[in-house]
Amino acid sequence: MTAEHVTTEHAMTEQTLRSRVLGVMADWSSDQRSFKSASWGKAMMWIFLVSDTFVFSCFLISYMTVRMSTTVEWPHPSEIFALDIGGKKIPLILIAIMTFDLITSSGTMAMAVNFAYARERKKAAILMLVTAFFGAAFVGMQAFEWTKLIHEGVRPWGNPFGAAQFGSSFFMITGFHGFHVSIGVIFLLIVARAVWRGDYDVGRPGFFTSRKGRYEIVEIMGLYWHFVDLVWVFIFAFFYLW
Amino acid sequence: MTDASVPQNVAPPPAEVEDVELYHAHSWLTKYVFCQDAKVIAIQYAGTAITVGVLALVLSWVIRLQLAFPGAIPFIDASVYYQSVTMHGMIMVVYMLTAIFLGGFGNYLIPLMVGARDMVFPYVNMLSYWVYLIATLVLVSSYFVPGGPTGAGWTLYPPQSILTGTPGYDYGIILMLVSLILFIVGFTMGGLNYVVTVLQARTRGMTLMRMPLTVWGIFAAAVMALLAFPGLFVACVMLLLDRTLGTSFFMPSLVELGERKDYVGGSPILFQHLFWFFGHPEVYIVALPAFGIVSDLISVHARKNIFGYRMMVWAIIAIGVLSMVVWGHHMYVSGMDPWFGFFFAVTTLAIAVPTALKVYNWVLTLWHADIHFTTPMLFALGFLVTFVNGGITGLYLGNVIVDVPLSATLFVVAHFHMVMGIAPVLVIFGAIYHWYPKITGRMMDERLGKIHFWITFLGAYAIFFPMHYLGVLGMPRRFYEMGETAFVPASAATLNIVITVIALAVGFAQSIFFYNLFRSLKYGAPAGGNPWRAASLEWQTPETPPGHGNWGAHLPVVYRWPYAYSVPGAPEDYLPQNAPPMSGEHSP
Repeated sequence: MTAEHVTTEHAMTEQTLRSRVLGVMADWSSDQRSFKSASWGKAMMWIFLVSDTFVFSCFLISYMTVRMSTTVEWPHPSEIFALDIGGKKIPLILIAIMTFDLITSSGTMAMAVNFAYARERKKAAILMLVTAFFGAAFVGMQAFEWTKLIHEGVRPWGNPFGAAQFGSSFFMITGFHGFHVSIGVIFLLIVARAVWRGDYDVGRPGFFTSRKGRYEIVEIMGLYWHFVDLVWVFIFAFFYLW
Repeated sequence: MTDASVPQNVAPPPAEVEDVELYHAHSWLTKYVFCQDAKVIAIQYAGTAITVGVLALVLSWVIRLQLAFPGAIPFIDASVYYQSVTMHGMIMVVYMLTAIFLGGFGNYLIPLMVGARDMVFPYVNMLSYWVYLIATLVLVSSYFVPGGPTGAGWTLYPPQSILTGTPGYDYGIILMLVSLILFIVGFTMGGLNYVVTVLQARTRGMTLMRMPLTVWGIFAAAVMALLAFPGLFVACVMLLLDRTLGTSFFMPSLVELGERKDYVGGSPILFQHLFWFFGHPEVYIVALPAFGIVSDLISVHARKNIFGYRMMVWAIIAIGVLSMVVWGHHMYVSGMDPWFGFFFAVTTLAIAVPTALKVYNWVLTLWHADIHFTTPMLFALGFLVTFVNGGITGLYLGNVIVDVPLSATLFVVAHFHMVMGIAPVLVIFGAIYHWYPKITGRMMDERLGKIHFWITFLGAYAIFFPMHYLGVLGMPRRFYEMGETAFVPASAATLNIVITVIALAVGFAQSIFFYNLFRSLKYGAPAGGNPWRAASLEWQTPETPPGHGNWGAHLPVVYRWPYAYSVPGAPEDYLPQNAPPMSGEHSP
């Protein structure tokens, strides 16, 4: 690669960057819409997710604070979250499966979005049902994990392994996340039904809103689903691995 | 960069989004009760907020009566006093001010001012109101449970707030926390609507820099609320768990009444951080809409464009950003690393710069203007005075070393009532007098309005200004009774009586306002479409009050900013935002 070549390439990237910055400025100084490619629904979901990020951040920061403030030793997550399989204790095996399950569901969700825009209704609906299944399986495994810990004596107000805040934070944070997944599953089922029936082709008005939906709702649903997945990665890192 | 050779008022680009399909109500119930029209939702929000606001006003009388005549009124015991302090504060800050500015004025004005048919998601908007209503009902219901509402103070600091010695330990605190959680859920639904409507549903020609400052203020406040309320949400959830399940998020090991509690190892300071991460932005969530509205009132009634419009917008944004990083100044006395104190003091005082800039711009707007002393203008001017007063005492309290001796005294009470109590309430009154003709089609009575203004403004000053002196004397806030206190002279008690008498009188005088409000519905002079000859878009609707969908068959097209007053050569002394451009015109 010659020196001249490098300079031109550098100039090119600088120019594209410049034009992109100018493009953003042009969008924000224009009328009607600030995000030119985003519909109302998509913009609303993005902004909601920013707000929800703050909620989860506050939960996680609070967990870290009480982990520091407590005077009792913090239980060892890799021992507590281990399963006895074939006489061997395998640390974090259930959490690994749950994480794999949720990330897989993000993949099927992305495929569903693609098929929805291609107007392949049946495929999109089936993939959404698969996503919902993975989501439900995740919540099921979470219920199993809760049951196991409760049997071992872990309670929100105390546990036999160490700091009381361990159980408090665990039930609160995974509970709040599991609530998000459950809401997602419910809406996935509703949207999958509408896609299957072809509601968005015939413009059937929504039951509550009496507004016509569009296939874009699948993508908006996807934004939420990927967000819930991403939050889980942070919970996994900060709660289970730390 | 604008090219001078290109005329600025070329026709705006064509519509990017097709016109929305609106839900058309068919029955009385869906038209006036479960209504999806932002204008009706606005009135529902404002009505509910004013109703609980009156309750909070009555509670302030309870507080004042006890402070002036300790022990003289039989039903005011220590519990009732603390419950009144708590409920007064929480209702006024959250359920009244936040709800009326964002839910009330936001819902009514945003779609009209940006030229939209409605909020982007009317159904979600309707849900927002009903969840808010349930939240207020849950809050008020705490008066009807054993033990009554919580008496923890509006900051709800643990450990004290969930210990048995605090009034309302049994149910009051639980209802308070549940109500706050509901409020935040409801508010989030509304807030998303306000933000997206401003960003994505403006009409042709309406750029961000052509929006009235009212919309800018409400927009910035809604964004801040979406980022700040999560802190309160998390704090409430965790405190609720501490109270009901016995978790120890905020509760350290402690002994109460000789009995060791089961709590262990929590962090009370964590609650303060979460609470004030919401609590400080909350001040500006209330103040920014007031800033915006007052800018518009001053400009319209002084027949002059707002001075330094762009500076005003950037000041709103700067205040919004800065206010997210100053929450620690509420916690100087909780004990913090001096470097953090230094950081929070610097950021706090830095807010004075954009704020002072706004005040200068308001004053410069009035400079050599054609000032009409209408009731809305009087309230706007009253706001300026009280806000500057409260802002200056804010500089005292922002300094760590001055704050420490003053922090638990009436000086703080005087400061925040001036800056976020009286000042925004004056704006609310001014805004109601200003937009009432658009909402109802009739004018409110000017004479009664002026009487109402002078009583409220002078009265509020007489109530809160002497409190500065009481605070400097060292008179503590939140104390049920003073007992034998050598450092507080007897004259302080006299001053307390004076304040209470004025507070009762000013409170009762608000009935003038309500009389005017309801009487004008029927007997007010017909207003016509634009009685103030205002340029912004909400006054240019084809019908008054605006019909469903706001704009009739076609959305308006905007050619200029909303402050084209006293334009040379214009047929009248103002140019509406949607009037076609004149030749040689140079409006932004």
